[in-house]
Amino acid sequence: MQLSLRNRFTRLAAMAAGLMALPAAALANTAAAAAPTVDKGDTAWMMTSSLLVLMMIVPGLALFYGGLARTKNMLSVMTQVGAVAALTMLVWVGWGYTEAFGPDREGTFGKIIAGFGKYLLHDVSPTTTAATFTAGVAIPEYVFVCFQMTFAAITVALVLGSVVERMKFSAVMVFAVVWLTLVYFPIAHMVWASTGLFFTQGALDYAGGTVVHINSGVSALVACLILGKRIGYPREPMAPHSLTMTGIGTGLLWVGWFGFNAGSALEANGAAGLAMMNTFVATASAGLVWMLIERLTSRKPSALGFCSGIVAGLVAVTPAAGNSGPLGAIVLGAIAAVICYFAVTKLKPKLGYDDALDTFGIHGVGGIVGAMGTGIVYSASLGGPSPDGWDMGHQLYVQAITVGTTIIWSAIGTAIAIFVAKLLTGLRVAEDVEREGLDLGEHGERAYNY
Amino acid sequence: MKLIVAIIKPFKLEEVRDALAGAGVQGMTVSEVRGFGRQKGQTEIYRGAEYTTAFVPKVRIEVVVSDGAVAGAIEAIQTTANTGSIGDGKIFVIDVDQAVRIRTGELNEDAI
Repeated sequence: MQLSLRNRFTRLAAMAAGLMALPAAALANTAAAAAPTVDKGDTAWMMTSSLLVLMMIVPGLALFYGGLARTKNMLSVMTQVGAVAALTMLVWVGWGYTEAFGPDREGTFGKIIAGFGKYLLHDVSPTTTAATFTAGVAIPEYVFVCFQMTFAAITVALVLGSVVERMKFSAVMVFAVVWLTLVYFPIAHMVWASTGLFFTQGALDYAGGTVVHINSGVSALVACLILGKRIGYPREPMAPHSLTMTGIGTGLLWVGWFGFNAGSALEANGAAGLAMMNTFVATASAGLVWMLIERLTSRKPSALGFCSGIVAGLVAVTPAAGNSGPLGAIVLGAIAAVICYFAVTKLKPKLGYDDALDTFGIHGVGGIVGAMGTGIVYSASLGGPSPDGWDMGHQLYVQAITVGTTIIWSAIGTAIAIFVAKLLTGLRVAEDVEREGLDLGEHGERAYNY
Repeated sequence: MKLIVAIIKPFKLEEVRDALAGAGVQGMTVSEVRGFGRQKGQTEIYRGAEYTTAFVPKVRIEVVVSDGAVAGAIEAIQTTANTGSIGDGKIFVIDVDQAVRIRTGELNEDAI
């Protein structure tokens, strides 16, 4: 993975079909003439990875979030998660892909979004390719488009965790379109595209800790602050209605996350193997540590604690997946569990915001821990893959700038998206609908009839 | 005829059923209920949010027996549902005016 930055550059630069885009400067001379090779093993793995990420959304996240909601809102949570994911797929084909990964755009604006030449997947065909981390090796561009599409879909679905049980379905749909356009696509471009703002600064984000988790977590916080608390929060009990479903969702998320992290290697190789390894052990460590803290703070080691730790570990290891050794990942997972635990159980009640399913507490906070931690565990002295002469201080500075800019960008973009949704739909369900439950009020169904 | 209503711990249901059958009870009605007595509620914690549930899940058994069988039925319940800890439940005995078997129209003790 020592080539990760340069190769991200190569991959995206070379994606422009037909046009021999300038690959990373060092490779320009040798790679210029030869067409890249498409390996069937890589292609099969990337198609599988894309489907694993889809599995994280439906049914993974839908069950994880649904189980945490109250009985009367189960269907609304599952429907919102599924519907925004579906909507993202259409938006992605329409303008998302080109906005994030389209042709290079000149000037400062090109650091923020790409050109719109690939709208409706214009110029993408079964023969066009996207470069990988290995010079001269590519995957079909359609596979890359699908893979990245699932990332966009899960990120917007994650945001909903803070606003469930009170936000209108129509508002969710409007919010998703505006938010993807103003927040997700630009940040994906900034972090991953060769001309992107953070990319050119050398930020490390293997599988989307910044793009997916800090982004969704901060957006979730801003959205729930504007939307307001659920009626009765925190006076009335709002216990999860089915931790069994949350547990099933957790399992699906963990399994699916291998597509997310190991898939981000873009090839079926040793780098993917490292990301896979780290996605096992950082997660295992975080799940156990969360329960350990519960025990040490005189509580019982809980099922929900285990699930929460698992997700916190997955979030934290996302930017570090291919940028850390296994030991670094274990430590990173443990630290993320400790910090997220306090964010969820102490910080949230203290500040009083109603992040219903703790999207900020786990994805936002865990994402920040992961992004900063990646700047540390990357070090070869800690078993990471850093090259000679790498400077941890500078890396942490770059990571901090990336985190800070993402926080500001997501916060402003989310505020705009929420206000657009409010203008068009009214944003929040009526009080009686909220009391009766969104399943009946918004969808005309009940989750359980017995 | 008496109606015996017993509120017991849910996991004791099978034992109590067997004991009542052994005491000659022919049928019973069982429902899942919630409530509290001296046990009060229990505390649940989800991601640090503590909820005190005032109502604890219990099982309510209703049997109607002839006057002569009341003592045996009460003893069967009281001995099998007993764990010695708080929250074991209670037994209530109520007079029953009339019983009718719907299928045959049999009355009172013939009907139970």
